[in-house]
Amino acid sequence: MDTTKTAIADSSYVKTKKLVIDVKNLKKSFGTQKVLQKISMQLFDGENLVVLGKSGSGKSVLVKCIIRLLEADGGSIDILGENVDRLHQDGLMEIRKKIGFLFQSGALYDSMTVRENLEFPLTRIKKDLTRAAVNEKVKEALENVGLYDAIDKMPAQLSGGMRKRISLARTIVLDPMIMLYDEPTTGLDPITSDEISILIKDIQQKYKTSSIIITHDIACARSTANRVVMLHEGQIYQEGSLESFEKSEDMFIKSFFK
Amino acid sequence: MKKLIPIIQLKPSVEQAKNRAIKVTEKTFDISNKASGFFQEVANMFLFAAQTFKATFSRDFEFKEFLRQCYQIGNKSLPLISVTGIIIGLVLAIQSRPTLMNFGAVTMLPGMVAVSLIREMGPVITALICAGKIGSGMGAELGSMKVTEQIDAMEVSSTNPMRFLVVTRVLAATLMIPLLVLYADALGLIGSWAGANIKGDVTFILYCRQALSHVHFMDFLPAVIKTFVFGAIIGLVGCYKGYNAGRGTESVGKAANSAVVLASLLVIMVDLVAVQITDML
Repeated sequence: MDTTKTAIADSSYVKTKKLVIDVKNLKKSFGTQKVLQKISMQLFDGENLVVLGKSGSGKSVLVKCIIRLLEADGGSIDILGENVDRLHQDGLMEIRKKIGFLFQSGALYDSMTVRENLEFPLTRIKKDLTRAAVNEKVKEALENVGLYDAIDKMPAQLSGGMRKRISLARTIVLDPMIMLYDEPTTGLDPITSDEISILIKDIQQKYKTSSIIITHDIACARSTANRVVMLHEGQIYQEGSLESFEKSEDMFIKSFFK
Repeated sequence: MKKLIPIIQLKPSVEQAKNRAIKVTEKTFDISNKASGFFQEVANMFLFAAQTFKATFSRDFEFKEFLRQCYQIGNKSLPLISVTGIIIGLVLAIQSRPTLMNFGAVTMLPGMVAVSLIREMGPVITALICAGKIGSGMGAELGSMKVTEQIDAMEVSSTNPMRFLVVTRVLAATLMIPLLVLYADALGLIGSWAGANIKGDVTFILYCRQALSHVHFMDFLPAVIKTFVFGAIIGLVGCYKGYNAGRGTESVGKAANSAVVLASLLVIMVDLVAVQITDML
């Protein structure tokens, strides 16, 4: 059975928008375990691309290869027209300045307050900002995630949902062009998950970001996706609009969307 | 014919010989794997040290974090170093006194204690204590940052984690440990004066004057130089182990533990080399 089905979405993004991320034949193995096998996918300007798949299907590895936290074994990754896998450290850092990455765990710096967490990347990347401008940007980012009150708290004093939102604020404070969300709703209750999904939508509209959202949470996919790619056993199983997935007769997809 | 039977039985069968060959091959592979693992670890450590050195001289030095680390390493180690320093001096004086009395050389006690404190006991014992306290702290802190993806978060936000986390810690350890050693030496001298006064009677001023009259510049200089090396080793090993910790929570403990073991071992080995070099001077 041919498991790799591609039904390019009828979404307008594919036809009209410019390419932001272009992944071609990406391969990644850990020892003898092949995690990604010739993955090819594109992210277009202004769209939310949801990457669905079971745990262990290689979703997080894919997104970490895109930002080069992991080195791919083969294939190529172009971000905003730059071939990322050929970039040296300085070039890579320049590209990363345009990308926000939301980690599954939030990855807040636990020795710093919320304010310091947000100031940390801001003061190092946008060095020309005045103190007042830094304060203003931190305030704006925290207000956008509805947590300005937590500005002087330590990460240990925050709940799981709050940590995710602060982490989101830490990425949007840099005005990224591209957002990569690694399991943004994992480990959260349904209400908080919905809040995070709404935030992802809001960020797309307000900051005009193009996003890849790695998830296995169908509710999150339903509320955020403009286009969906499904990974299975390290390969693209299907690609298309959310509607095409919802209507699919394929047993594997059906089991996901029931 | 009967006599031949045991001889024939002693000869291994083809199967036995094959098994023995397999065992020998497996053992050889095991040893070679361990050896290559060891050399790979050594190479990685040198590479890490080179990266740290390079990052030290790059622009945008994290001065605020460096000061915070100096405070963490220096100020927060003071109580432990104080107690240890006094006890080393006290014990050294109490233990040496009877032997010196046998030779009628009790007056040599302050000088002997001062020389051994400054040349060897102060630097090595302080460095070993710091390897335990600071090395394990760095290994555990960076290890847990690795496990919770905080180091990755720094990397993706275009901040060099080597510069912020490693350079500041290694430099702070390199600078603070010599100061802690000097502090431990001074307290050791006070401790040894207290030890000398348990069965004797000597004023502090006289004791210090006698002690320092036996200490030469060449006792002092190599000892101070090697403490900078001890500090760099403790910082580098602690950071290396933490920075390269695995992904599970278990690896945090392993990183802390191996940082202490390796740093202590390297301190002793460097001390041996330093003593040999000093001896040649």
